[in-house]
Amino acid sequence: MSYTIPIGPYHPLLEEPEFFKLKVEGERVVDMDVRIGYNHRGIEKVAESKTWDQDTFLVERVCGICSTSHPIAYVNSVEDLLQIEIPERAKYIRCVVGELERVHSHLLWAGLAGHFIGYNTVFMWAWKYREIILDVFEHITGNRNHYAMMRIGGVRKDILKEDIPGFLASMDELNEKNDMLTKAVIDDPVLHARLKGVGILSKEDAIAYGVLGPTARASGYDIDVRRDEPYAAYDLVDWDVIIMEEGDVFAKAAVRLLENTESIKIIRQCLERLQSMPEGDFFLPVEDFPVGEGIGHHEAPRGECFHYVRSDGSNSPIRHKIRAPTFQNLPSFKASCIGETVADVTLVTASIDPCYCCTERMVTVEDNEGNQMYDGQDLIRLSQEKTEHIREQMKG
Amino acid sequence: MTDQRKQTLQELQERFGAKLEMEERSPKRIYVLVDKTDVPDVIRFMFQEQGARLCTASGIDGRWGVEIIYHFSYDGQNMIVSLKTLVEKPFLKIQSVATFLPAANWIEREIHEMLGVEFIGHPDMRRLLLPDDWPEGEYPFRRS
Repeated sequence: MSYTIPIGPYHPLLEEPEFFKLKVEGERVVDMDVRIGYNHRGIEKVAESKTWDQDTFLVERVCGICSTSHPIAYVNSVEDLLQIEIPERAKYIRCVVGELERVHSHLLWAGLAGHFIGYNTVFMWAWKYREIILDVFEHITGNRNHYAMMRIGGVRKDILKEDIPGFLASMDELNEKNDMLTKAVIDDPVLHARLKGVGILSKEDAIAYGVLGPTARASGYDIDVRRDEPYAAYDLVDWDVIIMEEGDVFAKAAVRLLENTESIKIIRQCLERLQSMPEGDFFLPVEDFPVGEGIGHHEAPRGECFHYVRSDGSNSPIRHKIRAPTFQNLPSFKASCIGETVADVTLVTASIDPCYCCTERMVTVEDNEGNQMYDGQDLIRLSQEKTEHIREQMKG
Repeated sequence: MTDQRKQTLQELQERFGAKLEMEERSPKRIYVLVDKTDVPDVIRFMFQEQGARLCTASGIDGRWGVEIIYHFSYDGQNMIVSLKTLVEKPFLKIQSVATFLPAANWIEREIHEMLGVEFIGHPDMRRLLLPDDWPEGEYPFRRS
């Protein structure tokens, strides 16, 4: 006997409404369907009516969490159209902003994931340490979020030499806290029991679905735009790509936490170079846009952001295609969720780091006798109860 | 251009010959014009034999038809090959590649509802982005 559980689509707290339909037999999920589009704002169409410069700030509004990823991908695509090389100072500043964003996004995810499995301490730690980054962001850009730092040909603002020692001290503090958090998560036996072997995405499936970012790297699919097609200053500093082979939820969590350490390494190196290099231009004035096409991509916290622009030589693009990483990562649920229990699907969906608004929404389980109501809180409770159960068993 | 990139493009050229019209904008950005009937074969070769990753596809409405561009990334080689094809009006039909490449599933659904291109053989052509009560036969990304 199978039931259908609809989850979604709206929740006011998080930004991306999605609709999941789970077909379950007992506790097992036997089929799954996803529907998106509840938040389709037609940004690609709007971009055609704005100027090239305005579009930089328009695409910043695609996502609230990784708000600098789309601008970086967009300016990369326009710079590909223009065939220009940006000043070295701008390259380092782009890296600093891009990597700070990765750390804050991964910490935000770690906090939410901790909450879903009933580790509210992790939630409070991660979000507390994220504040360090937001303070640095406010100092550098003037904003805690939506930094508006990118512009075609460079960046909007310089990082001042006298501020850098303070930022480096913040990075030291962040590194220490992040290390502590990483060790606490990676060595926890309850988390091993709860997350290992759950929602495995095999390498073959990862390649077939074309998944990106930590979702791909946790399945042994070795891709990272920062290394594969170096832009900004990623080829000028020393860092590693984190790869794990298991493909389960634990691997995805570990990849993200270990990536934070690499990101902090990149930020430190960039800041040190900015301090030692002479002050100079941080953007290149751009006036004419030729006829042609440009492609740009950027490794956002969730994976590659892809932008394609086409120009007819006028003041605005005639086509601007935006592909966010979740568009490729989401369909892989079909490979990783089938056969899992409902309590684990909560985790598997969260492990890809989509915006997880849907599960907190009202949910109905239909059966033959009538309708039984569940809401998102119940789903989180189910997941937390399973962790508690494992914890009890391990004690006994 | 590195040897590896050269070799990749040579392989494509040898396999398909005159069916492909290559244009090199820069060493890492290659645009390839191809007839729509050859699209599935070329993509199958790029994905299965050469290990290219489908980044996405974009559709552009034009006077004579809808131009579809499949962007493939060769990750180890720092190169993006964009496969361009024209689907002529008024019968906007092209063979689906989602049958062997699941990564193309959603983007074909998106192009279908935004531009009205029919992908023959697609496993699941339901709506993805537009609301259920959106009128049939109206495509938001058409220019006329």
